[in-house]
Amino acid sequence: MLRSHLDLEFAKLLAAAMLLLSFVMLSTRRTQQLITLFAWQGTILFLSTVLVAHDAGVTELYFSAALTLILKVITLPLVLHFLIRRLGAQWDNEPLVNIPVTMLVGLVLVIFAFGLAQPISILATTIMRHTIGIALSVILLSFLMMITRRKAVTQVIGFLAMENGLFLAATSATYGMPMVIELGIALDLLVAVFILGIFFFQIREQFDSLDLHHLESLREE
Amino acid sequence: MELLLVLGLPLIGTLILAIAGARRYAAEVNIGISFMTLIFASFLVLRIIRSGPLLVWHEQFFVDSFNVFLVALTAFVGMTTAVFSRPYMHIEEDHGKLSAKRLRLYHSMYQLFMFAMLLALLTNNMGLVWVAMEAATLSTVLLVSLYRTKASLEAAWKYFILCGVGIAQALFGTILLYFAAEHTLGRQGMTALLWTHLNAVKTELEPTVLGLAFVFLLVGYGTKVGLAPLHNWLPDAHAEGPTPVSAVLSGLLLNVALYAVVRCKVLAVGSIGSLIPSRMMMAFGLLSALLGAFFLWRQHDIKRLFGYSSIEHMGIITFAFGLGGPIANFAALLHMTVHSLTKSSIFFTAGHASQTAGTQQVDGIRGLAEINPTVGWGLMLGSLAILGMPPFGVFASEFLILTTAMREHPWATPFLLIALGVAFAGIFIKVQPMVFGESDAPKLPHSPALVPVFVHLALVLTLGLYIPPALAEWYRAAARLIG
Repeated sequence: MLRSHLDLEFAKLLAAAMLLLSFVMLSTRRTQQLITLFAWQGTILFLSTVLVAHDAGVTELYFSAALTLILKVITLPLVLHFLIRRLGAQWDNEPLVNIPVTMLVGLVLVIFAFGLAQPISILATTIMRHTIGIALSVILLSFLMMITRRKAVTQVIGFLAMENGLFLAATSATYGMPMVIELGIALDLLVAVFILGIFFFQIREQFDSLDLHHLESLREE
Repeated sequence: MELLLVLGLPLIGTLILAIAGARRYAAEVNIGISFMTLIFASFLVLRIIRSGPLLVWHEQFFVDSFNVFLVALTAFVGMTTAVFSRPYMHIEEDHGKLSAKRLRLYHSMYQLFMFAMLLALLTNNMGLVWVAMEAATLSTVLLVSLYRTKASLEAAWKYFILCGVGIAQALFGTILLYFAAEHTLGRQGMTALLWTHLNAVKTELEPTVLGLAFVFLLVGYGTKVGLAPLHNWLPDAHAEGPTPVSAVLSGLLLNVALYAVVRCKVLAVGSIGSLIPSRMMMAFGLLSALLGAFFLWRQHDIKRLFGYSSIEHMGIITFAFGLGGPIANFAALLHMTVHSLTKSSIFFTAGHASQTAGTQQVDGIRGLAEINPTVGWGLMLGSLAILGMPPFGVFASEFLILTTAMREHPWATPFLLIALGVAFAGIFIKVQPMVFGESDAPKLPHSPALVPVFVHLALVLTLGLYIPPALAEWYRAAARLIG
């Protein structure tokens, strides 16, 4: 009883940290810092997956956790670091418009997410069930980050953070998706980052910059 | 066995062409593999007609009248597009737009794209549907940016990001679906996301969760269908990618995404027991049809023009699936068939037309009927067909959809008529001078492969005049499945 109570507290702590990280990411200018934050998000995801696996005694979830650790904590951040170093973009500072407003919009999104997640949380049985709202918040906040940012690398980090939120939702609502599906998703994600890497080089070759301001010529006139 | 080959051949083709795709005979290999896929897809169709639905490999793959019809269509258009792309890509190579290395990428990714779409259609697992849809996006992203121009890079980036966000919504929907399934069926791991299992217990699935899941799935897969307001990627990707890619995107990928939506709708309607999912599809469909039709007017690029036409038609089909009932579903399936046949043939001719004129701008393309009569008349007939002129098949399906709408939802009829009328005028005004104007452009170096165009149009014409009883029965069976 005591242990499961501790587990529950720990689960709440992890979820809170996840939400906090999303907000920090929303207001971070430095690309390098963003990658580090993304790796931390992956770490929390890994820990919470382990927690659910431990609590429910599902061995399959340990594999899922290992997959998260390998892919999201180690591989993807390394690849991203490598990419921005090759592109000479590691010291990039991104001018952010109006952080306070972005934060306020983020807050509204969180409230909205909790409202939306309410009916699901009631039905869920896992230890992480209260975090479904947070998972949905992470998804929406990452989405907000993709909308407000103009740099290609940042948009991709937003995309990956959204995937983190989705995985958190999967582990907190259910006991993780079936293994085959999770492998499939992981494969797709890896290929996506690979393709985006190719893209970065193509974009820079064409435009001499990774700023997406240049990518705004195709419009309805 | 047929199933294994239908899925296996494109995958093997991907590998072969990844190695040998730069060779001179690569285009022929591409055609050969697509042709073999089509043959085995036909065997699969025969088998389903003869012995009913098929459920194999631990129930992971499920074939019924609904998806086998799309498999056949996908394999067929995949084959004809491969035939078309052979001379088209040779001309592009001669123009110096492509290198041998890029052709290898093109051929290999073409087969991978076919594989992903066939997998999305054939699998019984809603999770695998998602994985396959994502794979289909990823395999085409690099094809859209094949020319490496600024505009094509921008189009590909937009395609990737928008569809990436869309597909993430669909993943959340899938997670919710799994959650609802787990709640009803208990912890089953792999089998909980099987569509057949979900369909069997759909009335017991938690309605609130399913409702929420359907919203996410509709928005997510709807992005790939090109439903407004998430359609922005579609015209860009169609205009900037190579023409064969535009043809398969428009003719096939949109259908496959809509197929996923319809499968989800069946579950959502069963669980919620109300018409809300249907109404949502109708609203999205009408909005897309109207928006596509009005935006047609503002297009100056021939491929963008027909990209918007695709949005309009996918809107109409989504609306028809939303209407539901045997007649509307029948009409929607028929419209899916004739739209993908007609639209791909239009893209074939539009591709050659812009190669002849050296530009994709509508203003620059003139006098096709004179320089290259087959291209000109192909474009003219294709446009008339897509605009719903009788006796083409599009007329039959649009007529069915309109009359059903009139009977069941009279308020929607004026909107549909406006969309159809505006699109008609918008396209006709632009196509007419392209075909009949004056021009002094030279002929193409390779004679274009226009057999696919006329085969497609002949099929559309046949479907408009006479639907064979066997085919009608097949459509009806599929329409019944959708409910």
